[in-house]
Amino acid sequence: MLQGKWLTAFFGIVLAIACGGHAWAQGTIKVAYTDPLSGPFAQVGDANLKQMQYIIDYINSKGGALGKKFELVPFDNKSQPSDALIALKSATDQNMPFIMQCSGSNIAAALIDGVNKHNDRNPDNRIIYLNCGAVATELTNEQCSFWHFRFDLHVGMKAEVMVRSLPKEVKKVYLINQDYLFGQSVQREVKNYLAKLRPDVQVVGDELIPLGKVKDFSPYITKINASGAQALLTGNWGPDMNLLIKAGVDAGADLRYYTFYAHLAGGPTAIGVGGDNRVLAVMSFGENVAPEIGNKEAEAFAQGFRDKHKFDFSAAGFRTIFEYLQGAVNKAGSVDPTKIALAMEDLTVKDFLGFDTRMRKEDHQIISEYFVGTFKKGVKYDAEGTGLGWATSATILAKDVDQPNTCKMKRPSAS
Amino acid sequence: MEVFVVSLLNGLVYGMLLFMLASGLTLILSMMGVLNFAHASAYMLGAYFAYTISVYIGFWPALIIAPLLCGLIGAAIEMWGLRRVHRNGHIAELLFTFGLALIIEKVVQMSWGLLPVPYRVPELLDFPLFKIYGTQFPAYRAFMLAISALMFGAIWLGLTRTRVGLVIQAALTHPDMASALGHNVPRIFTLVFAAGTALAGLAGVIGGNYQVTEPAMAFTMGPIVFVVVVFGGLGSLTGCFIASILMGLIQTFAVVFDVSLADLLAKFGFTVTSSTPFAEVLNVTLPRVGALLPFLMLVLILVFRPRGLMGTRDT
Repeated sequence: MLQGKWLTAFFGIVLAIACGGHAWAQGTIKVAYTDPLSGPFAQVGDANLKQMQYIIDYINSKGGALGKKFELVPFDNKSQPSDALIALKSATDQNMPFIMQCSGSNIAAALIDGVNKHNDRNPDNRIIYLNCGAVATELTNEQCSFWHFRFDLHVGMKAEVMVRSLPKEVKKVYLINQDYLFGQSVQREVKNYLAKLRPDVQVVGDELIPLGKVKDFSPYITKINASGAQALLTGNWGPDMNLLIKAGVDAGADLRYYTFYAHLAGGPTAIGVGGDNRVLAVMSFGENVAPEIGNKEAEAFAQGFRDKHKFDFSAAGFRTIFEYLQGAVNKAGSVDPTKIALAMEDLTVKDFLGFDTRMRKEDHQIISEYFVGTFKKGVKYDAEGTGLGWATSATILAKDVDQPNTCKMKRPSAS
Repeated sequence: MEVFVVSLLNGLVYGMLLFMLASGLTLILSMMGVLNFAHASAYMLGAYFAYTISVYIGFWPALIIAPLLCGLIGAAIEMWGLRRVHRNGHIAELLFTFGLALIIEKVVQMSWGLLPVPYRVPELLDFPLFKIYGTQFPAYRAFMLAISALMFGAIWLGLTRTRVGLVIQAALTHPDMASALGHNVPRIFTLVFAAGTALAGLAGVIGGNYQVTEPAMAFTMGPIVFVVVVFGGLGSLTGCFIASILMGLIQTFAVVFDVSLADLLAKFGFTVTSSTPFAEVLNVTLPRVGALLPFLMLVLILVFRPRGLMGTRDT
């Protein structure tokens, strides 16, 4: 009996807190955020979440938009498209104007489809999908949607940057990618740009691995070694990235690694000292970019995150997203998703490093600067306490990544 | 040839790691009939304990202390958890360990964070032992091989040549008889469960820095260990050993052989073109499905030889 009373009291308190919280949050602009927060890729979602929270606090301290603050509402999607769609349903049920998702192009494809259908059926309760990192090229070409805005360069652009950064003496390369929409996109685009820009380079191996299933990459390294490859090109992310490079470094393979995601949380720890001057990452930001170009303000911003959390700040792109939101909401003068989407088109923002960026109207793909970082000793900010960090070896300006698109966008009828 | 030799070594190392994990589980499963879903969680705990201990007092003490800690946790789980649940049958036990696995994962995430921890190979062993056809063979892998071989020997001798081992074997097949003879069967159960968990912990200690120590490591190792146990057969340590090595080798060699069903058909003079039915499936190469092969074998052995490779009784 006593237990029953305690339970009632407990739920009473929980209810009171929940209601109180709700009332307080009324005046915010809510952004639903869905990514894996549990399961094998949880580290990726969690790192994103922490960085976004840091950025939102900053944006809110700069006045938010229309006098309102942004609020992030996380939903775990366990790397499953079906769970992401449940998150979308909750977001639209609560009338949130934005849903954001970063990890997994297969999930992004499902979300684009879901958002399109929802917006068609519910013209007075629309939602905008902010894509913070699902980069399969198709998403802004064949699958492009008026409601989808991508804030990271797509695979085609990243692949071009990667291929251009291959040194002259590399003649034989090996490709390993994850066997799903994104990995296959990387495989196709890298081969495409190799053929176009570096016909002298020979692809000696081309492999797809099951997503998140391989526990020991040593056999792959053996195979790569036997093929005589000088460089390994991979779009892998999460444990598939970390275990792959760790296996290569442990075997002392004489390889250079060209990656999209080695700089993300967990990567540097897995690579370790053995990867000195061997691992390159095509990335939107590295902590050493700001000191290298002498931007004190950006340096302090990244430093602020490091002081608060135990890992590195890699997601400068997220700050650009919220600056776009701020700009578009202010320009639209309302939180109506249709007006915001229109305001976002062809919007330009000078990002916090001082480079020009633009949200391309034709396919809703951001055009921004990009960097190639080399993992080595002797940099100002080391990564994850390894003593090594990302030195910028190339900076590619927005105008140089501006590839054509094949998007035929269906726009909402004027209303 | 060079690929073959290196792959053989890699497969052996991976197989031995699997064996360390699976041997404990096979003991628990065959003796208590408990399919312990939390077994791989002990592996993860072993790695995390070893990391934390190695930060303060170094790797070598961790090698002893971490498995002991895991064993203690195992004993506690058996005495205060499983023994009560046992009365309600096997399904209850299964669900109990399943819940436990989820809880342990969450606790690990909360205590050590979601990111991999920098658990490294000890400096003493951080050098290439030898170089074979341009690929270094790290000394640490040889160390892993040695530890697991030692362990196999120790368990085998312990089970077949000592009094305790004989009592365990008796309790394994005839618990009521052993009990009637005055042996404390529940205590034996606790002992076996603790020993099994400690073995998993030991596997974690030496596997955590070979792979990456992160909260998902239990989740990724779990299924394959079950495959090994079922494939090897209940109540047979030798079967478990053979199954582990086999799985290690299969997964390693599956990566190396770039063949597809289409290539196989071509040998019989049948060419697969894009218009052939199922051309997509026929053209999938072995490395793309390598990670699934153990599960295919699990299905096959359950259909054709349900008691497993060297099992002494049905599951």
